[in-house]
Amino acid sequence: MVKITVDGKVLEVDENNNLLEEVLSQGEDLPYFCWHPSMGSVGSCRQCAVIEYANDEDERGRLNMACMTSPREGGRYSIEKAGQFRAQAIESIMINHPHDCPVCEEGGECHLQDMTVMSGHTYRRYEGKKKTHTNQYLGPFINHEMNRCITCYRCVRYYNDYAGGTDFGPQASHDNTYFGRWQEGPLESEFSGNLAEVCPTGVFTDKPFGKQYVRKWDLQTAPSICTGCSVGCNTNPGERYGTLRRVVNRFNDEVNGYFLCDRGRFGTGYVNSDERITVSMTRASSDADPHLASPDEAMSQLHVMAVDAIGIGSPRASMEANFALRDLVGKDNFYAGVSANDLAMGQQILDIYRNRPVNVASIKVIEGSDAVIVLGEDVTNTAARIALALRQSVKNLGKKMARDMKLPDWHDAAVRQLTMDRKSPLFILSPHATRLDDVAANVHISSAEESARIGFAIANAIDSSAPAVKGLSKEEKSLVDTMADALKNAQQPLVVCGTGSFSPALIDAAANIATALQDGDKKANLAMVVPEANSLGLALLMNGSDQSLDQAMSLVADGDAKSAVVLENDLYRRAPADAVDSFVNALDNLAVLDSTQTRTGEAANLVIAAGTFAESSGTFINYEARAQHFYSVFKPKDSIRASVKWLSDQKLSEITAACASSITDCGGMANLTPGEDFNVAGMKVPRQQHRYSGRTAMRADINVHEPKQEQDEDGILSYSMEGVPATRDATVFNTAWSGGWNSNQSVFKFQSHTGGALKQASHGQCLIENNSKTKTWNEIEKDNAPEGDFAVFPLYHLFGSEELTARTPAIQEKATSAYIALNGDDAQKLGLQASDGVALEHNGSVPFIIRSSIKPGTVGVPVGLEGVNFRNLPDGIALEKASSWTAPEKWHAANIIASDRASSEGEA
Amino acid sequence: MATDKPLTKNIEEGRAPFNFKKYTAAGGYESVHKVVKMEPTDAVELVKNAGLGGRGGAGFNTGLKWSFVPPPDGGPRYLVINADEMEPGTFKDRLLIENDPHLLIEGMITTCFALQSNCGYIFLRGEYTDCEERLLKAIKEAYDNGMLGKNVAGKKGFDLDIYLHTSAGRYICGEETALLNALEGKRANPRAKPPFPQVSGLWGRPTVVNNVETICNIPGIVTHGVEWYQALGKGDYVGTRISGVSGRVNKPGCWEVPVGITFRELLEDYAGGMQDGYELKAFLPGGGSTDFLIPEHLDLPMDPGLVQKAGSRLGTSLIMVLDDKTCPVGCIRNLIKFFAHESCGWCTPCRDGLPWVEHILNNMEEGKGSLKDIEILDEMTRYMGPGNTFCALAPGAVEPLQSGLKYFMGEFEAHINHGCSYN
Ligand SMILES: Cc1cc2nc3c(=O)[nH]c(=O)nc-3n(C[C@H](O)[C@H](O)[C@H](O)COP(=O)(O)O)c2cc1C
Ligand code: SF4
Ligand code: SF4
Ligand code: SF4
Ligand code: FES
Repeated sequence: MVKITVDGKVLEVDENNNLLEEVLSQGEDLPYFCWHPSMGSVGSCRQCAVIEYANDEDERGRLNMACMTSPREGGRYSIEKAGQFRAQAIESIMINHPHDCPVCEEGGECHLQDMTVMSGHTYRRYEGKKKTHTNQYLGPFINHEMNRCITCYRCVRYYNDYAGGTDFGPQASHDNTYFGRWQEGPLESEFSGNLAEVCPTGVFTDKPFGKQYVRKWDLQTAPSICTGCSVGCNTNPGERYGTLRRVVNRFNDEVNGYFLCDRGRFGTGYVNSDERITVSMTRASSDADPHLASPDEAMSQLHVMAVDAIGIGSPRASMEANFALRDLVGKDNFYAGVSANDLAMGQQILDIYRNRPVNVASIKVIEGSDAVIVLGEDVTNTAARIALALRQSVKNLGKKMARDMKLPDWHDAAVRQLTMDRKSPLFILSPHATRLDDVAANVHISSAEESARIGFAIANAIDSSAPAVKGLSKEEKSLVDTMADALKNAQQPLVVCGTGSFSPALIDAAANIATALQDGDKKANLAMVVPEANSLGLALLMNGSDQSLDQAMSLVADGDAKSAVVLENDLYRRAPADAVDSFVNALDNLAVLDSTQTRTGEAANLVIAAGTFAESSGTFINYEARAQHFYSVFKPKDSIRASVKWLSDQKLSEITAACASSITDCGGMANLTPGEDFNVAGMKVPRQQHRYSGRTAMRADINVHEPKQEQDEDGILSYSMEGVPATRDATVFNTAWSGGWNSNQSVFKFQSHTGGALKQASHGQCLIENNSKTKTWNEIEKDNAPEGDFAVFPLYHLFGSEELTARTPAIQEKATSAYIALNGDDAQKLGLQASDGVALEHNGSVPFIIRSSIKPGTVGVPVGLEGVNFRNLPDGIALEKASSWTAPEKWHAANIIASDRASSEGEA
Repeated sequence: MATDKPLTKNIEEGRAPFNFKKYTAAGGYESVHKVVKMEPTDAVELVKNAGLGGRGGAGFNTGLKWSFVPPPDGGPRYLVINADEMEPGTFKDRLLIENDPHLLIEGMITTCFALQSNCGYIFLRGEYTDCEERLLKAIKEAYDNGMLGKNVAGKKGFDLDIYLHTSAGRYICGEETALLNALEGKRANPRAKPPFPQVSGLWGRPTVVNNVETICNIPGIVTHGVEWYQALGKGDYVGTRISGVSGRVNKPGCWEVPVGITFRELLEDYAGGMQDGYELKAFLPGGGSTDFLIPEHLDLPMDPGLVQKAGSRLGTSLIMVLDDKTCPVGCIRNLIKFFAHESCGWCTPCRDGLPWVEHILNNMEEGKGSLKDIEILDEMTRYMGPGNTFCALAPGAVEPLQSGLKYFMGEFEAHINHGCSYN
């Protein structure tokens, strides 16, 4: 820490950060554009100018960019004295700016508007014509309006330098610099949506939001958790007139930081979908005609049915909804709603987290790791935010090189220059090429079984007390040694694995590597990806019970249960279709609570209209076993209720508390919110901003009397604009806004230090505390080689594999229907031409693509895509050319990695 | 006896440049044979003591610059020759390369030995196609004769490769850090300094960037020594340099002159004075990005410090003459138009400020200016001043304007009322 003076004020600041960051952290206002807390400084926009004085006598000083200045002990600076320069900088930026604020999607939350006002530039002196540009079509997610660009280079620094994109960049030069793709077309990055938040103006905006646009201040918002995968990114979704309009990032320093993936940001359109179940329906038997059930009717039927029903929970429903169902049907009649294998893997992971000497890795920890091994988990498609974090982890070598040269971390361009393409090691074991290969030190293509063997061998090479592996080839041995050495030599090694390969052996191998790396106080970081938002929560909730869907099915098959209540779950995604068919046919009563219609729902005789995440509150447990609370964003119409409300008449907080106290390790769930009695100045915290417009008018066409405010008995937020907004108190951080800072940039005002934790809000609570220092090992189990000609491995799609987001129009535009992926030689052996289909056992016929990375004798089959049910397939299958076949309309070759493409084109 | 024109001794108008054989016969590559018997650090010291200043415009002591390169760490280190020469009114490097390419190569070899570098690049202005052809030929000859490649000049372990890169053509590529980016295949935006290229330059490795003429001085200094070199200058000044004149003079061109002659000597003795019917109104002393000087400065020695005191920069020391029949506002407008177009687009004041200045000057030429515009112009010169922008392009670009406003205010005012009265 050093002491500096800024305009006469003495401040104590960290000399390792730049002056801009430090000054902002002290609550001062200093305009900036190009700097970003996650991306560091490049000094291009010249907006953060300050005057730096050489010594006490110096009266004139020198103009310097605060973002490029290391504060020095005794340094004297002035923000005020550089004011004229900053106003000039804005004035010249504005020369070509269209000033189309009234019709601009950024208007009202525009950093450029804010900085313009803050800089004091008010009067336009430039009288010439403005430059104009041609816009590009960039796909379904992002709108492009280049005329608004102020050439701050943030987009390219984010998209290319931070997120690893290659299809975008700056073009031309001088005042004609252009930011776009080399030609029109969808942006390739899985993280393109962040452009809308990174760009300080309205060049890149959220396209689906643009189609149902309202101003920021007209949105009703609440802190929520993304349900797209098990990472649990924090979001602030916004609603107006009963429709969910958009999702923006909600800062959480340990989880998502400043960035979301495109599935999370753009995948909530299903909330407004026509396929929504908006009313409950009932019928006497499964062949009778359904009729509408009033909420009271639905409620009583459900509770009557539940008396002797089994309950089937869900990894996509909240802890509270699952717990309420468990309570309703009785703990012994509650089943997990996932296959026996899936449940076992979840519990296996919990066991590892609880008992192995490892440190469970948050996104922040992942970013800080300096050697990484990924075993069989295609994180880009199963837990995308982790992939973005891994991309940052490989930069740690460069940061170290910079530190050794006394170059500050934040000096972004210089650090990258010094580092060039040297990276911290990232090793990937996978049956196919992945989107992280470009930053990987080594990509080893291998099946889950082979990867597990290599994993076990790595553990043994690190710590010889780990079980050894016999029969490795020379090549495999040297690979094992390379990886083991790199991991052992790292300060913060990280192991990433998960359930994506459906391989318990692989998970064991990962656990062994992480265990082997423990050395005294040094523990390896470990991240185990699970499939859904609350998969790990469901595993916790089972509290050691192994009652899976498989068991529920045999129970019903044996005639030991006649009724079932299914919570937010399409069983056809969990088990082979014929097994689910027999299950539903054998039941007398099937109640399904869900937000959208599913095949399971179609078989039910009571379908109950459940709220989505946006209309519910509760807790999700992410892949780290981090419990996070989400608040409902808006109150749906009365016929729709949160599942937990259908299942229980208790208050949410009571259910949370019961769950916390009765389930092992869930105690931390009880402390996630300040409690429903919390208030600020005697009032609840409003979901609507103080500028929310039209309160008295928005329903005037129905009734001029303003209705009573909707109540939310579940939490500290009100469906209202009355009260003290989160802008004063970030306990419930439902929107980023601060005086003079209308854009998301205002988040620094709520952080304890710029880029650091939020002052009041919680990061969530990691439930599992683990101080274990004892090494235990899993033995390698011999897997039987799969029967059939082709060994099957799963393929995941960020856009399409997840059930609910796949029902969103923008996501559907990016998604493909099912296909299989093969090696070119195999395709040739099967006599396949490009336009042919392939007959897949138990699944009908699908198109195919060739990916050169795939090994002969293996076939990739997508999980969750329309047109194929992965659960129908055994581990090994036969393939043959389909007779009389036409390609489905919605199919396009997706997910081919550049390396796959290059070599397959080479062959052609 | 050693020559008193070390840079141009082999240059004769109308004659093809010396090939390797002739060049060697004329005493060429002597410095290589000499330097390989020295300690590299002694060679750096020698150049430092010679007092040679960089000829790219800034005039920084060349040996001193070299001494900032950290000791070898086993990794690559580079010498990069700045042959971009896009400064308006500057055409000296072209003369040297076109007419004696081996001199540059000899200088590079000697320098690389001193820097303990095994790799040199020449970054050449794209339009200089004759230079390109002749350099390629000379490089090949040097390889064929053991002066490049493995064990240069028979010195065991001294391996050196030289690559020629022709620029795609931007003025900013002459700025040394933008040049490095361009050489790496990146956008030609400058880099922030520090870190300086000597520490983290090309591909993040220690790199020295020197101007063509700077390096052409090295063979002479190493071959004939410091004393000889220092005696070449006039009075206390050391060495020779290429200076030149463009504009309405009798004999425009460039010549090797002793450092320290006055502007008048250059203008009258070398360039033959103004053409009949034209009078000297002002001149830019060292390229388009320097401030105007006026006739009263003619007797100043061409010395960076003295020129700075007079309110300008010596720059490349190729002066551009403004005569009394040429409109100074139009001249400035022309220069600004060039610089606005050549702005790399990285930082705000330059990218958006220069086009504004250009817009105002265009208006003035058409008689559409206002007094307010003059205020804005004046403000703009300070807005784009040194330190305010990311690199030195913009501060240089506004130098003719800021001095123009000082010396030709009357002309600016006349333009406001009547537009341009020159034709
Ligand atoms: C905009 C700009 C353009 C430049 N163009 C050239 C050039 O064409 N040739 C050159 O040698 N130096 C040029 N320079 C100077 C170089 O940045 C650098 O100072 C020089 O190459 C160093 O060589 P020296 O030490 O041998 O003079 C330019 C500088 C700026 C700011
Ligand atoms: S980008 Fe901002 S300043 Fe520009 S038109 Fe849009 S709202 Fe206005
Ligand atoms: S598009 Fe946006 S982020 Fe990119 S340079 Fe322009 S203003 Fe900056
Ligand atoms: S002053 Fe700025 S915009 Fe101009 S050339 Fe230098 S870096 Fe580029
Ligand atoms: S924020 Fe400092 S120069 Fe852009």
